[in-house]
Amino acid sequence: MFAYIVRRLGLMILTLIGISIVIFLLLRIVPGNIVDILFDAAGYVDPADKASIEKQLGIDQPLVWQYLHWIGGLLHGDLGYSYVSEKPALEEILPRIPITARLAAFALLFSASIGIPLGVLSAVKQGTKLDYALRVVSLSGLSLPSFWLGLLILMAGVAMFGSIPIFNPNPKTFGEMFSTYCLPSLAVAFRSSALTMRITRSSMLEILRQDYIRTARAKGASESSVNFHHALKNAILPVITVVGIEAAFLIGGLIVTETVFNVPGVARFLVEAIRWRDYPIVQNLVMLIAVVVVVVNFAVDMLYAVFDPRIRYTD
Amino acid sequence: MVTIDYDSELRRAGANANTFWRRVRFLARRHVLGTVGFAIMALFVFSAVFADVICRYSPLTVDSAHALAAPSAQHWLGTDSFGRDVWARIVHGARISLAVGIGSTTLGGFFGVMIGLASGYLSGWVDLVFQRITDILQALPLLVLALVMTAALGPSLPNVIIAIAIPLVPIVARVIRANTLALREQPFVEAAKSIGMSEMRIALRHVLPNTLAPLIVLATAQLGSTILTEASLSFLGLGIPEPYPSWGRMLSESSAEYVRTAPWLVIFPGIAISLAVFGTNLFGDALRDILDPRQRG
Repeated sequence: MFAYIVRRLGLMILTLIGISIVIFLLLRIVPGNIVDILFDAAGYVDPADKASIEKQLGIDQPLVWQYLHWIGGLLHGDLGYSYVSEKPALEEILPRIPITARLAAFALLFSASIGIPLGVLSAVKQGTKLDYALRVVSLSGLSLPSFWLGLLILMAGVAMFGSIPIFNPNPKTFGEMFSTYCLPSLAVAFRSSALTMRITRSSMLEILRQDYIRTARAKGASESSVNFHHALKNAILPVITVVGIEAAFLIGGLIVTETVFNVPGVARFLVEAIRWRDYPIVQNLVMLIAVVVVVVNFAVDMLYAVFDPRIRYTD
Repeated sequence: MVTIDYDSELRRAGANANTFWRRVRFLARRHVLGTVGFAIMALFVFSAVFADVICRYSPLTVDSAHALAAPSAQHWLGTDSFGRDVWARIVHGARISLAVGIGSTTLGGFFGVMIGLASGYLSGWVDLVFQRITDILQALPLLVLALVMTAALGPSLPNVIIAIAIPLVPIVARVIRANTLALREQPFVEAAKSIGMSEMRIALRHVLPNTLAPLIVLATAQLGSTILTEASLSFLGLGIPEPYPSWGRMLSESSAEYVRTAPWLVIFPGIAISLAVFGTNLFGDALRDILDPRQRG
C-alpha cells in the first residue's frame, strides 16, 4: 500500500511537470505576444520602446530560462505579475478562489443529492416507464449547454422578479445568498447531476445482478432492505470515483456559468486572461486547475481503498 | 398450460429481419429512442446540406431597419441586433456545428486510434511515453484545454476543429489501447504471427478492424460533446469568429442584455444546440447497446 502511494505520488508530480511544460509551450507557439497586441492597439511601434517593455516583462529571454523562472517562482509562491493589471498574479488569483470553490461545492452538493437518488430509482425500476423518463431527462441534462441553462435561469428571474440577479460579494440575507451562489451552481449542477445519475444507475444495476442480492431476496429481505441495505451500500462506491471525473466536468461548467452570471471567480478570470493574452495569469490558472484535478483524482483513489476493504493497492 | 406462439416470438426476436429494410424496421422498433436520435441527427444533416434552399434570407444580410424584430411571418424566429434573420442563422449554424463535430471527431479519432494501437501493440517504452502524454492531456478538462488551444492558435474554423480534436486524442487512445491489449492475446493474432505476417500488417489488418465497434460507439458519444464544446468556445468569444453563424456565438451576442428585451435571441439558438446534442446522445446510447452489449444498462 505504502509503495503504491509513493508511486502514485511520483506519477502525479511527473504529470504536473508535464502539464506545466505543455501549458508553457502552448502559450508561446503563437507569433505575437502581449507587447505586439498593445502596440497594435496603439497603432504605432517604436522598436526601442517595444524592446524595453519586452525586457521588463522578461519575454526577450530564451524559453528555457522563462520556464525555469516561472517554475522557480511557483515553488516560492511567486507567480509573477499580471501583464494587464501589473499587480502580482497571486494577489489577483487568491481572492477569486473562494468564490469559485463555494460555487463548486454547492454544485457538487446539488448534483449528488439529485443524481444519486434518481439513479437508484431508475435502476430499481429498470425497464419501466419511470426509468425511461428518467433516462431521457438525464440525457437531456447532458445535452443542455450550462450557459444556456444559466441564461434561461436569468430569464426566469426577469419574468418573476423583474430584474436580473446580480452577483453580491457579501450576501447578507438568505435571498441574496440564494441568488448569488445557488442559482449559478444549479445551472452547473443540472449537467453533472445527469452524469451522477447515469453512473449511479449503471453501478446499481451491476450490483442488483449479483448473487448475494438474490440470496437476500431468497431469505425474505424486504424490497427496500435489499435496495438500500444490500445494494446501494455497495453501488455507492463507484459513484465516489465520479467525484474525480466531475472535478474536471464542473470546471468546464463553471467557466461558462461564471461568465453568464458575471461571477468574479477564477473560472471567468481565466477566460478574461486568455482574451488579453495575460500569460502569467493564464499559465498559473491552468496550472491551478490541473493541480485540483490531479489531486482530487489521487484523493478519490485513496478514498476508494479506505471505503472498500477488498481493494488493497499492492503491486 | 402455456401455449407459445412461435411465429410471433420469432418475429419479436428479429428472425425474419433478413432483408435490409426489415432489419432497419426491426432495430427501429427495438430502439425507439435511438431512432428518435437518428431522426434528429438526420434533420440537422439535412438542414446543413440544404441550408440555402430552406432559408428565404441569407444569414449574413444586415437589415438595420428590421433589427431586433420579434418572430413574425416574415422572420419566423425574429431578427438579431443587426437585423439578420435568426432562422437563417440557426439553419446555417448547423453547418458549423456539423463541420466542427465531424471534423474534430474524425481528426481526434484518427490520431487516437494510431496512438492507442501503437501503444497497445508495441508496448514497452512507446507505451510508457504515450501513457504519460495521455495522463498529462487528461488532467485538464476538455473545455480548458480547448480554450488554451484556441487562444494559442487563434480563432478560426480549422483552429477550433484542431483545438477540440486534441483533447479527444487521449480519450480515444485509452480505449483503443485497452482493446488492443486484449486482442493481442487472441489466438487469431498468434495464428497470423505463425504464418509469418509482419507486425504492421497484423496491427492494421487484424487488430484494427476488431476495435472498430468500440471506436464507433466512442465517436458517437463524443460527437455531442464536441458540438457542446464548440458552442461553449464560441459563446466565450474564442471560437468561430464573426460573421459566421455559430450557435454558441449567437448566444454570446445576445446573452444577458437580451434576456429582457429579445428573448427569442436567447431561446432559439439554445434549443438548436440542445436538440443537436440530445439527438447524437440518444443515437450514441442506442448504438452502444447494439454494438457493445456488455455495457448495456
